[in-house]
Amino acid sequence: MVEFLDMGKHAIFIWSAYGVSAASLVMLALRSRSRQKASDEQVVAARARRKSGA
Amino acid sequence: MVGQGNQRKGLKTRKQQRLLVLSAAVATLVGAVLLVLFALGGDSLSLFLQPSDVKAKQIAAGQHFRLGGLVEAGSFSKAEDGLTYHFTVTDCVATLPVQFKGLLPDLFREGQGVVTEGELNAEGVFVASTVLAKHDENYNPPGTLPKSADQCVHPGDAPYQALDQAPDTVTGR
Amino acid sequence: MHRFANPAQFNRLADAVMPWAMIATVLLFGAGLYYALIGSPPDYQQGESVRVMYVHVPAAWMGMFIYVVIAVASFVALVWRHPLALLAGKAAAPIGATFTALALITGMLWGKPMWGTYWVWDGRLTSVLVQFFLYLGYMALWKAMDDEEKAGNAASILALVGVVNIPIIKFSVDWWSTLHQPASVMRLDGPTIDGTMLVPLFLMAAAYQVYFIVVFIWRMKLEVNNRKLSVMRGSGMEN
Repeated sequence: MVEFLDMGKHAIFIWSAYGVSAASLVMLALRSRSRQKASDEQVVAARARRKSGA
Repeated sequence: MVGQGNQRKGLKTRKQQRLLVLSAAVATLVGAVLLVLFALGGDSLSLFLQPSDVKAKQIAAGQHFRLGGLVEAGSFSKAEDGLTYHFTVTDCVATLPVQFKGLLPDLFREGQGVVTEGELNAEGVFVASTVLAKHDENYNPPGTLPKSADQCVHPGDAPYQALDQAPDTVTGR
Repeated sequence: MHRFANPAQFNRLADAVMPWAMIATVLLFGAGLYYALIGSPPDYQQGESVRVMYVHVPAAWMGMFIYVVIAVASFVALVWRHPLALLAGKAAAPIGATFTALALITGMLWGKPMWGTYWVWDGRLTSVLVQFFLYLGYMALWKAMDDEEKAGNAASILALVGVVNIPIIKFSVDWWSTLHQPASVMRLDGPTIDGTMLVPLFLMAAAYQVYFIVVFIWRMKLEVNNRKLSVMRGSGMEN
């Protein structure tokens, strides 16, 4: 079942390519999502401030 | 965004003007750059010369350049020292003998592309300091023949079949 | 076009697309990775190293595709003064830069064992590196100027100038001698990749595409929010 993990003598290059791709894409997605969520909250807070301040 | 009502007509013509100017500018730029690169840049932007280029340009011995082409089928041999390799690079028009001492890349095969760097010696042999393997456009499972075989070796001659079983027979490693 | 002019309408569309895009991303990555790592044969020349192609080629395609998206958005923004188009370019740029960087890195990781070198300055590798710098330049221009409108204009003009690089990337392997191999999929006489290897390639390409849609929507919402915040701050100071 785990024989596919054996990528031969260039395994380090193959797994590095997959590793770098996965890590970069996951990190970009998570950061984009968390920044979007944070900005949603900022907008709500700013609206509330505006209402109470006006 | 402001004054959309009464300025509508003026706004429209300004938009059309911007559309025209910007389209023309982008088209001119793209056309000009591509023309320059395509028409004038061919030789200087190429990575390597092929054997017939080398003959046509009559490149002198000792001048450093990159030579590329296919490793001619049946031309590969290993010297007695076990480290020096001899093979012939061909572009199907002209050929050039190459001598190389060092490690050959994995994809190095007879009938496959190489890009070598070095200089011609007095005998007209290209003494390479590096040899890189050039992969072609074919991707196939073992035991099948590639779709595009526009190389000057006949698929029958090339050691495709033998390779996947015993890759060491060709490069001697 | 004008249906997407309104941020509220964009949000409605984005919220409708999002769950499907997320499901598609998970499914396509699952299937794509299965075929890339397990369900496809090794190559007759490259052996197992051919599997690098399944992350390399789709990344390179996405790098070019997203650049074209930014160029079109910049064109729309400059001609029609379309605020959402401007933000679309800004939102897409980091994703395109990431894919371009991944194409370069995975290409180097394939090149070392196969070619015998990580890098050569041939037409293809150099033009893709130029594309990466164009992305960096575009993002830097957005950050360099305080005035959002000026920054957006400058960045958009750079994006349009850089569009000339797209045909150079595509045809570099035909016009000049390169170490990089010629086209295998988008060629006139059809793909020269065996069907068993086209399956993981196209699945991974589709996975990257839906991944882009998901992350693009998140970043687009982020940019719309940032725009709202700066407008609120601006009007707040006036009062």
